[in-house]
Amino acid sequence: MAKDGHASFLTTRLEPFINWGQRHAMWPLPFGTSCCGIEMMATLCSDYDMARFGSEAIRFSPRQADLIICAGIVNSKMSPILKTVYDQMSEPKWVMSFGACASSGGVFPVYSVTQGIDNIIPVDIYIPGCPPSPDAVLYGLLELRERIKRGETHSQRRIRENQPAPMEYSSITRGGAPQP
Amino acid sequence: MDDKYTGSAGYTGLGQGASPAARMPTGVPEGRYTVEHDPDDLWDDSRVIINLGPTHPAMHGSFRMVAKINGETIEKSYCEFGYTHRAKEKLGENRTYHQFVVFTDRLNYCSALINNVAYSMAVEKLMGIEVPERCTWIRMMACEISRIIDHLICVGIGAVDVGAFSYFLYGFHQREEAYTLIEQLCGARLTTSYTRIGGLMYDAPVGWEDNVRSWIKETRRVTDEMDRLLTTNKIFCQRTQNVGKFSKEQALAFSFSGPSARASGVDWDLRRDQPCMFYPQMDFDVAIGTHGDVHDRYLVRVEEMRQSLKILEQCCDRIQKGPIWTEDKRVRIPAKQEVYTSMEAMIHHFKFFMTGFDVPVGEAYTAFEGANGEMGFYIVSKGGPSAHRMRIRGPSFWHYQALTPMAEGGKIADMIATLGSINIIAGELDR
Amino acid sequence: MNVSTKIPTNGGWWLDKYGEAWKQQIEAVKSKFGGALEEVRDPWTYPTDVPIIYVKKDSLIQLLEFLKTDPAFAYSYLADYTATDEEVSPRFELVFNLYAMDRGHRIRVKCRLEEGEEAPTCISVWPGADWAEREIFDMFGVRFTDHPNLRRILMDYRWVGYPLRKDYPIDGFQLFPDAEAPDPERLK
Repeated sequence: MAKDGHASFLTTRLEPFINWGQRHAMWPLPFGTSCCGIEMMATLCSDYDMARFGSEAIRFSPRQADLIICAGIVNSKMSPILKTVYDQMSEPKWVMSFGACASSGGVFPVYSVTQGIDNIIPVDIYIPGCPPSPDAVLYGLLELRERIKRGETHSQRRIRENQPAPMEYSSITRGGAPQP
Repeated sequence: MDDKYTGSAGYTGLGQGASPAARMPTGVPEGRYTVEHDPDDLWDDSRVIINLGPTHPAMHGSFRMVAKINGETIEKSYCEFGYTHRAKEKLGENRTYHQFVVFTDRLNYCSALINNVAYSMAVEKLMGIEVPERCTWIRMMACEISRIIDHLICVGIGAVDVGAFSYFLYGFHQREEAYTLIEQLCGARLTTSYTRIGGLMYDAPVGWEDNVRSWIKETRRVTDEMDRLLTTNKIFCQRTQNVGKFSKEQALAFSFSGPSARASGVDWDLRRDQPCMFYPQMDFDVAIGTHGDVHDRYLVRVEEMRQSLKILEQCCDRIQKGPIWTEDKRVRIPAKQEVYTSMEAMIHHFKFFMTGFDVPVGEAYTAFEGANGEMGFYIVSKGGPSAHRMRIRGPSFWHYQALTPMAEGGKIADMIATLGSINIIAGELDR
Repeated sequence: MNVSTKIPTNGGWWLDKYGEAWKQQIEAVKSKFGGALEEVRDPWTYPTDVPIIYVKKDSLIQLLEFLKTDPAFAYSYLADYTATDEEVSPRFELVFNLYAMDRGHRIRVKCRLEEGEEAPTCISVWPGADWAEREIFDMFGVRFTDHPNLRRILMDYRWVGYPLRKDYPIDGFQLFPDAEAPDPERLK
């Protein structure tokens, strides 16, 4: 800190540095429910290795992960569980909606399926496909990384505005782009 | 609390430096603490109710088991599922028969082509349609490739649950190579929607059989490698032998089928006992286990992989060029060239995809040997373009019921190994 | 061209190979059960792939035991157990698809039920029918007497309505605020 109180060189460089560290090492929580779970496994395995992008440590505990990958269908029985797992994660946390079923209900406009997990939790990136090819997933991961760099994710907005995470099911956010 | 524990019967309460034996209250036999508990007391400290919840590290899909454990031993448990319920049976009543092919992929998604073939055969049986030879050969090859990759992933994930991670990576690489084959066939890796009622979506490309042959060679090598890594591995054997035992009578009572039933000694394979397509001409053996434990299920799957490779080779030798669509005008989707040039083909095409085709009144239960067991479609048709009742018999539904008797008395880790061995696929379980 | 057409690669040989045995079995079951059967549909006259035995609710368990144990029948394997919703009265039909392990025959048993009528449970014949009955209860609302644990299996325990009935809309979605807690009562 300089003598007159303004932030010195070291402090102004700290936040982008932390942001760099966070976006290059997102530890996923694989919330795989159905077919997209197999493609998520394919992305995590040796042919399309997601570990190269920093997601080496897959943690099944929400306390230890910061990226929740919802791969597959989320139906009315599973929605409260997804909400609970999301609530247990600590900030900053990001949500990747993997596949058509998670993004919008997919091919199943039926009585049991939630038409998109953005009715339950705020989503940062949607990856279309049924199931998406692992190339698409890696592209989505890199795109999420760019969004984190720009500070456009829901979690970063909450931190900036000092808001708590939503405690009830989130309102419908059609169109996808989170409000900065 | 009892005098025995609080120590008014001679507990000296020594601090640091005293030996543990001296710190034990008198009257208790040395080295043991005996505790009397009521097994039904819910507030009993030694039994804990744990929830192996719908999200868990065993990467099989979402199902839940609530267990009352004593230390690590499961005393009583119950299972719940329904977290992947996608109402396919209701969709079967609301979609035309053509449109339903897409939903059949998502049943046993590890081996999607088997479900497609089984469904197409079910509707073809209802309509009395015969498909040409090349179509049948390609369907058989697709089924066997799917069976092999399903077993690869089942054994891989079973090994991961037990702690052996590297096999999963080798097995999954072979699965990726198979995805290349399937992509050459129909363009999609996992959810293929390849078969049509009366034919196939596309013909196999020229030279596909040679690619299949080189894949067979590689997969043989990987299967042998897996054998070397896991079958006699002392840790794997100790984790899987005598774990999750299920006898032959129990397996039949719970309607087991497929590799899980064969490992318990049930000599039954629908490809041999109630053959369809060209399976009677194929020369293959059926692997039967003896003990019915997790190790036997693993061995049966490995042997089945080898037998499927044998069947695949025979198919590669026998497949000939020819048409892949039946000429039955009720279902035959006109070729694209004709649709673009001839008026009636265009009208036909339009009618198929807008309103569907009518299936005559009738009902049939068509069972096929899926990767997990008997995959059945019970279709009731009252005329019209969609089914009156589309019932899907997924083998995992009947297998998951047996997890409670198999797990009780064993440790939690044994339950995880058993769950991996019966290969529960949430798509088939919940539909 | 319908289900009775003989397609050699798709089960068309069943009528030739099992036809005689089916004829004898139909005669035997008609003579033994007589009035307890509503009708028997054979695959030669009706559009079905296997014989269907329509039995009255009261003799259902008896018939299933007989089919399972009698050596001429030996339908010991329960391949599938489900229900259908005909919209006319009697509304529901319980459908059993049975398989004879030793010989490879299949047969179907159906039992018609009115709405609100309770069906007998066949857990005594096959323990594996437990969850199938729970699913029929969940999807159609058919109750089973003496079932040890008749509760919803695929849908949430608070779900209102029976989804596979014809009058339930396909997109009748219901969302709940919390998940079902573990129930210690079931672990006694």
